[in-house]
Amino acid sequence: MSTMPAPLLSLVDVTRTFGGVQALSGVSLDVAAGRITGVIGPNGAGKTTLFNVITGAYTPTAGEIYLDGARLTGLKPYQIARAGIARTFQNIRLFSSMSVWEHLLVAQRHDGSVFGRLLPAGLARSKAGREAEKALVFFGLEKVRDRPARELPYGTQRKVEMARALTANPRLLLLDEPIAGMSHEEADELRHLLMRLRADGLTILLIEHDMTFVMNLCDRIHVLDFGRQIAHGTPEAVRTDPAVLDAYLGADT
Amino acid sequence: MSGTLLLQQAINGLTLGAVYTLIALSFSLVMGILGILNLAIAELFMIGGYVGFTLIIAGAPLPVALLAGMLAAAALSLVIEKIGYEPLRNAPLITPMLSTLGFSIILQNLATNLWGSDPLQLPGDMLATRIALGEVSIGAMQLLVIGAAIVMVAALAFVIRYTTLGRALRAVAENRDVARLLGVRADRILLIAFLLSGLLAGAAGVLISLHYAAITPYIGVETGLKAIAVMVVGGVTRTWGALLAGPLIGLAEVATVAYGGSQIRDFVVYGLMILILLVRPQGLLGGARSDQGPRV
Amino acid sequence: MISTYHAALLADSGILMLGALSVYIILATGQLSLGNAGFMGIGAYLASYLTVEAGLPLTLALVLSALAAGMVGIVIGFPALRLRGIYLAMATLGFGEMVRSFFLNFEPMGGAGGFSGMVHVSVGYIWLWAGGILVLVTLLERSRLWLEIRATHDDETAASLVGLNTTATKIGAFGFGAAVAAVAGGLFAHHHVYIEPANFGFDRSIELVLAVILGGSTVAPGALVGAVLLVLLPETLRFLADWRLAAFGTLLVLVLLVRRQGILDRGLFRALTFRRQAS
Repeated sequence: MSTMPAPLLSLVDVTRTFGGVQALSGVSLDVAAGRITGVIGPNGAGKTTLFNVITGAYTPTAGEIYLDGARLTGLKPYQIARAGIARTFQNIRLFSSMSVWEHLLVAQRHDGSVFGRLLPAGLARSKAGREAEKALVFFGLEKVRDRPARELPYGTQRKVEMARALTANPRLLLLDEPIAGMSHEEADELRHLLMRLRADGLTILLIEHDMTFVMNLCDRIHVLDFGRQIAHGTPEAVRTDPAVLDAYLGADT
Repeated sequence: MSGTLLLQQAINGLTLGAVYTLIALSFSLVMGILGILNLAIAELFMIGGYVGFTLIIAGAPLPVALLAGMLAAAALSLVIEKIGYEPLRNAPLITPMLSTLGFSIILQNLATNLWGSDPLQLPGDMLATRIALGEVSIGAMQLLVIGAAIVMVAALAFVIRYTTLGRALRAVAENRDVARLLGVRADRILLIAFLLSGLLAGAAGVLISLHYAAITPYIGVETGLKAIAVMVVGGVTRTWGALLAGPLIGLAEVATVAYGGSQIRDFVVYGLMILILLVRPQGLLGGARSDQGPRV
Repeated sequence: MISTYHAALLADSGILMLGALSVYIILATGQLSLGNAGFMGIGAYLASYLTVEAGLPLTLALVLSALAAGMVGIVIGFPALRLRGIYLAMATLGFGEMVRSFFLNFEPMGGAGGFSGMVHVSVGYIWLWAGGILVLVTLLERSRLWLEIRATHDDETAASLVGLNTTATKIGAFGFGAAVAAVAGGLFAHHHVYIEPANFGFDRSIELVLAVILGGSTVAPGALVGAVLLVLLPETLRFLADWRLAAFGTLLVLVLLVRRQGILDRGLFRALTFRRQAS
């Protein structure tokens, strides 16, 4: 196997407890730049907690998180987002009053002056307008551009959420069960989109229950069980790891 | 200020506090379970007072007047639930709150037209009975107000803690969907919450009009707002908290009037309420956190 | 020429609309304030002091009052971050009552006796402010900043996770809302040329919220619709004499029941302005 690229995201010994219960205990993992990394594990293994800790929704009880060498631990969620981490949610969280188009504008970084933010948003020829248009085309959302996002079918809502995350121009994209509720065709289409994003150099970390999807897509996989990392490696290595088989057989998957 | 006068003031503070407690509980029954401020409670309280008052003047015995005031307020409370709250149960919280405001405008107008905007007075001899306790004397009416308030709070606490109905109320307050899964009929429970809330407001209305020996159509608003402060200080979901907070605020009011001038008292009361919201949102006695309210 | 009677109604609607806008701006971030009459009171007293005692021109006095109240709003906004929903509403209610109680005891400005000596201001001047601020907020609604405000309103967690500083947004909204309320208060004082603490009590705060919810709480011009409605309705119901208020209350409940989003919503506003879908 070729040499691993430098890690973009590093977790060092991250622990998070809730009232004495360890949701994550001593998890260390590296997410390689430009690769797709999967996180799997039975229900309640701590996968979503891991995402919440990375994005700053929870601060770790112990341990450190670095993005490209810069310490993220203790930063506020919006600061972590601005540092280059975007995410989607297991139970889709769209803005209920907004159209698809508005979703693609709102997450874009705005580095301009205060007055710039007071100008009308998303005019066709502005930079923001062009970026939004690009995301619209990439996810094939042109037809629903002005529809309220929450009225769209489930699979389309997932795409809007992903498009919103991408318009923030992240270095690392976190996807929490991206194909949950999607049809087989939609999942396949998404797999190709993610592979295109990887080819463009985006780093992706995803949680997914669908093993075929994970095994076909991910370059590396980390396995959590009861808040601990029990295995990690290539899909082939993980598939045959006795500890993994144990955890999954025990949890009837 | 002499010690005797101070003690006399303390008794007044306690009486006022007892009434605050009842209205605060009336607010908190609806608030704790539905998460909305029922602004009409202030006027339910006023209407209950008028009904009781009218009967007393007509010569009815006190318990009858009290019961009539309670029933009138409870009946109106049910009407408000059916028309003003239920159709709006899924709307943002602000909408049912304003519809209860609509009812409060209607009720106040009704009272002004029925009873006039001038205060109604109780005949003086009714309140003359005073019981001497050393150098202070306590009016029989004050004793009645405090006693009735304690009995009602105890009854409510018993219902909430030990009866099936109480368990259902708590379940719905905790999580309406889960309660439904457990077989609790949430819509009926909400009606019952409004009913109990109305009974308490009506009782408070009769009692406070006895305490002041007078009533006006405008008595509801000021006392109602104070009762909201009492509810917050006691903890929105704590029955006993209100019993502590009512007299506390009543005493604090009397004390600020005695030492700081009468006008500063509202400043102190609402300041205390904000302080509690910020540093101890679960109320003085603790309990459920109250800073995670549903969205407006 | 319009009659004095109509001019007074027009002035009242303008002032009420500004007050309603102040609630609207804060509500746009998902925060309900039941204490905006407090900010209005601060603006009224400060502007009156500046014109009567310090001899400043009214416009300057209004600007200064708005800035001062805006700062108070920001200070209030910080602790308000700890509270949500109805708990925030109750805390702001407490704030409003504290302000009223403060002016009741503030003898230098008349205490309970009120304050007077202001020079009456024309209805045209009032609407210059009211119209100007309404246009400003309506334009602002198409901006990038307003998208951030709406995101904060819709889902604060998601908003912060796409990189929006929701704390700054919420505090800023309190500051801006307070400033607009202060302008409304200053104009109120110079329209009625007499103010007393009771002008800025809970009733007033509720009236402002009512105008927003009735008029429509998703677009700024809803405040205009609500304010005009609240001022004109009691007048048109005059034939009901003693039952005027009861009829008003009934209408209020009916409107909430049949059109809970308020009279003007985004769809209707777009249709009325012949604007294509947002772009």
